[in-house]
Amino acid sequence: MFKKLAIGAAFALALAPAASFAAGGGEQHIEDFSFSFEGPFGTWDKNQLQRGLQVYTEVCAACHGLKYVPLRTLEDLGYSEEEVIAYAAGNFEVFDPELDDFRPAIPTDHFPANDGVGAPDLSLMAKARAGFHGPYGLGINQFFKGMGGAEYIASLLDGYTGHEKEEAGTVLYENTAFPGGWISMAPPLAEDQVEFTDGHPATVEAMSEDIAAFLMWTAEPKMMERKYSGFVGVIFLSLLSVLLYLVNKRLWAAVKGKKTA
Amino acid sequence: MSGIPHDHYEPKTNGEKWLNSRLPIVGLIYDTIMIPTPKNLNWWWIWGIVLAFCLALQIVTGIVLVMHYTPHVDLAFASIEHIMRNVNGGYMLRYLHMNGASLFFVAVYIHIFRGLFYGSYKAPREITWIVGMLIYLMMMGTAFMGYVLPWGQMSFWGATVITGLFGAIPFVGEAIQTWLLGGPAVDNATLNRFFSLHYLLPFVIAALVIVHIWAFHTTGNNNPTGVDVRRGSKAEAEKDTLPFWPYFVIKDLFALAVILVVFWAVVGFMPNYLGHPDNYIEANPLVTPAHIVPEWYFLPFYAILRAFTGEVWVVQFASFITGGIVDAKFFGVIAMFGAILAMALAPWLDTSSVRSGKYRPMFKWWFYLLVIDFFALMWLGAMPAEEPYATFSLIASAYWFAYFFVILPILGVIEKPLAQPETIEEDFNAHYGKADADATPAE
Amino acid sequence: MSHAEDNEGTRRDFLYYVAGGAGVVATGAAVWPLINQMNPSADVQALSSIRVDVSGVEPGTQLTVKWLGKPVFIRHRTGAEIQKAQEQDAEGVGALPDPLARNFNLNADAPATDANRVMPSPEGEGAGAWIVQMGVCTHLGCVPLGDAGDFGGWFCPCHGSHYDLAGRIRKGPAPENLPVPPAEWVDNSTIKLG
Repeated sequence: MFKKLAIGAAFALALAPAASFAAGGGEQHIEDFSFSFEGPFGTWDKNQLQRGLQVYTEVCAACHGLKYVPLRTLEDLGYSEEEVIAYAAGNFEVFDPELDDFRPAIPTDHFPANDGVGAPDLSLMAKARAGFHGPYGLGINQFFKGMGGAEYIASLLDGYTGHEKEEAGTVLYENTAFPGGWISMAPPLAEDQVEFTDGHPATVEAMSEDIAAFLMWTAEPKMMERKYSGFVGVIFLSLLSVLLYLVNKRLWAAVKGKKTA
Repeated sequence: MSGIPHDHYEPKTNGEKWLNSRLPIVGLIYDTIMIPTPKNLNWWWIWGIVLAFCLALQIVTGIVLVMHYTPHVDLAFASIEHIMRNVNGGYMLRYLHMNGASLFFVAVYIHIFRGLFYGSYKAPREITWIVGMLIYLMMMGTAFMGYVLPWGQMSFWGATVITGLFGAIPFVGEAIQTWLLGGPAVDNATLNRFFSLHYLLPFVIAALVIVHIWAFHTTGNNNPTGVDVRRGSKAEAEKDTLPFWPYFVIKDLFALAVILVVFWAVVGFMPNYLGHPDNYIEANPLVTPAHIVPEWYFLPFYAILRAFTGEVWVVQFASFITGGIVDAKFFGVIAMFGAILAMALAPWLDTSSVRSGKYRPMFKWWFYLLVIDFFALMWLGAMPAEEPYATFSLIASAYWFAYFFVILPILGVIEKPLAQPETIEEDFNAHYGKADADATPAE
Repeated sequence: MSHAEDNEGTRRDFLYYVAGGAGVVATGAAVWPLINQMNPSADVQALSSIRVDVSGVEPGTQLTVKWLGKPVFIRHRTGAEIQKAQEQDAEGVGALPDPLARNFNLNADAPATDANRVMPSPEGEGAGAWIVQMGVCTHLGCVPLGDAGDFGGWFCPCHGSHYDLAGRIRKGPAPENLPVPPAEWVDNSTIKLG
C-alpha cells in the first residue's frame, strides 16, 4: 500500500509546475520545434547561434535590448577575440560615466539596454516564457517537452496570421502563439530580410528558429556546462549508490540472519 | 541521557580523562552516534537524514551565494544574473540552492506523513512533534523570504500577496503589514529585512533541529510497529535495537545517495522545472503577472486559504457571530494557519491507544485519503479560483480539518485494532528470519 | 569454512575501502566549487586585459588609464625628452639606486637602460617615443605627478621620490623603478595592457 504512496510522492514533483498553468484567453498554438540544444546530450548549433545573432543585430536590436549579456561572451558562439571587438565597436554605442559621453562598445560592456519603445529586454526571454503547460495543470507536458521558452519565441515570430485590428488607438496583430491572440508587436520578420553568410535560407520560419536558439543561449549561456555537470554527477552518484547498497547489504547480512549473497 | 540502556563512553587514557572531566563532548558525540535504534526501522525512516543534508546544503550554498548577491531593488536581479553568468560555477550553486528548497520540502512532507501514519506524534513524543512543526513553520518562512530575494515578478507579487495576509487581521492588520514591509508597499526596506531574516532563520532551524533530535533521543525512536523498545536491561534492549552507527548511518547514506541521483538530474537537466517563468522578469510594481502562484510546496495551504470565500456558510456564520470582525479574508488566513495547527495538535486529538497505523484497519484508509487529499489540495492551489475548482477546494479543505478534529478522535473509540507484536525483535524476525547459527557475525 | 571466511573478509574490506574512497571523492568534488567561487569571476577576469586608444596622445602629454584597479601612465615623449632621457642614460645603470629594468615584458635581470624601459615604437616613429608604466610609487603606493621632480620625469608628493624621464628612481625613499606592465601594440594607435 505504501508503495503506491511512494509513486504518489514521485508524482508530487510532476504536479508541482501546475504553477505555470496556462493563462486564459485565446487558444495558443506552440509548435514543438526540435532544437539542437534539447535533451540531456543536446549541444548548441553554433552556426545557428551566429545566424540568430545576425537576426538580432539587424532586426530585433532596433527595439529590444540584451542588457544582461556581456559582449565578450560572444566568443562562446565561435567568434575570435578580434571579431568580437569589431562587432561590439561596429554595432553599439554605450554611455561611459567616466567620459560622461557615449563611446563605441568594447567586449567588456554588455549589450545595451533599449527602452526606446518600451519593448521588453530579451536577455532572459527564453526562460521567462513557457511554451508548454498542463494537461490540467499537471506539468506533464513540460516534463517531456521541456519548458518551451525557445519554442514559444519561434512560434510567436512565425505565428502571425496577417490580420490586424485597431483597439484604443493601438494596432494589434493577430498571432496564434500569443496568449489572447492579439499582440502589439508588428510582424518583425519578412522573407529574405537578412542575408546569411553561410547561405542558409532566410525564410521567416528559419529565422524564427535561429533567433529563438540565440535567445536560449542569451538566457542560459551555461547550459552545456550545466548539463555536463549533471551528467557527471548522476553517473558518480549512481556509482556511489551501488557501493553504499553493497556495503549496507553486507553490514546487515549478519543481523538479518541471511547468508551473504 | 537516553532512556534506553546502552554502553556509554568511558575515557581511558589520561588525556581523555582530562578532557572528559572538563568538557564531556566526546561522550556526548558517542552517545548521539551510538544511540540504540529500533532495528526494524523501514525505508520511511530515512528522511531525517535527507532533511539534515538539505539544511546543510542550503546553508552552505546560501553562504557562498551571499558573497555575490546584492540586496537592493536596483541591483538584486542583476546580481543574480551576475551569479549565473560570471561567478565560477555560480549557475550550479544557484540552481542547487533553488532546487534544494524543493528537495527540502519533499523530504519534510514525507517525514511528516510518516509520523502521521506510524503515530510518531503520540506520547511520549509530543515535544518532538511540536518542535518538528515549529521547524516546518520556520522552513516555510525561510523559503518564502528566500523566494523574494531574486526580485523577479513572482518574488515581488508573492511578497505582496503573502504579507497581505497579515493585513487581514482585524483592527491591527494594516499596522502589522506596514511594519512587516517597512513601508506602504513591498520595496527596498522589505527586500533588505527579508534578506537578513532569510540568512538568520536557517540557524534558528539548526538549533531547533538539535532540540528535535535531543527530544527523540530521550524518548527513543518510534518504529513501524509502534511497540516500545524493552528497557529492562541492556541485554534486553540490545535484542530490539542496533547502534545508529554504522547500521543506520550507512542505510541512510545509501538512501540519500539514491535521492541525490534524482536531485542531481533535476538540477543538471531541468533546473527551472519547479520554478516559475515569470521570476525571470525583473520585479515591476506597476504590472501584475496574469497568475500569481506560490511555489509548489505552499500550494496545499494556499488552496485552503482560497477555499473559504464569502459564499461558504461557515464563513458567513463566523462573520455573523463576530459581528463582521471575521470576514472571508481573515477566515481564510485563520483556516490556513489552522490547517497547520491541526497537525500540531494531533497528539491530543488522536484518542487511539495504538501507535502504528499498521494495526489500525480503519485508520489506514482515512490516512490514505488524507494523503490523496494533500495532493488534491496541491493541485487545486495551482488552478484558477473558479468553478469547479473552488468547490473541490472547499471539500478537500473540509476533509483536512475533519481528519484531525473528527476522524482521529472518533476512530480511537470505535476502531478495533489488530494484534500487535509483543516486541520489536519479534517483528524483525518475522521479516528476516532468525539469525541462524551458521551465519555467525563475521568479525 | 575458514578459507571462505578469509576470502569473505578480504572482499568486505575491499568494498569498504572503495566505498570510503568514493565518499572522499564526493566530498572533495563538493568542496572545490565552494572554494573556486571566490576566485575572480568572468567579468573581473575580462578586465585583466584592456585596449587603450592612444591616437589622441600628442607628444609631450600623458594618458592615465585604470588597469587592474591601478593607474597606468602612458607617456608620449617629445624629441627633446627622448634626447634628455638618453643623456640621463649615459651615466650608466651603475649610478642608479635600482639597476634593474622592472619591465614585465623583459627578463627579470634586464638592466635599467632607457631602451629597456620604453616600449618599442610603432611603425614610422623613432625609438623611445612611448613609455608605459604603473603609476604607483614603489615607496608606499601613492600616485606620482607627471612633468615634475628634479629629473623632469615624475615626482611623488607623499614622501618626495623623484623619477627620471624613463621612470627610474633617482632620489628619495622609493626603492625601485616604476614597474612596466605587460604592454604591446595591437595596431599603430592601440596599446594592449595585460
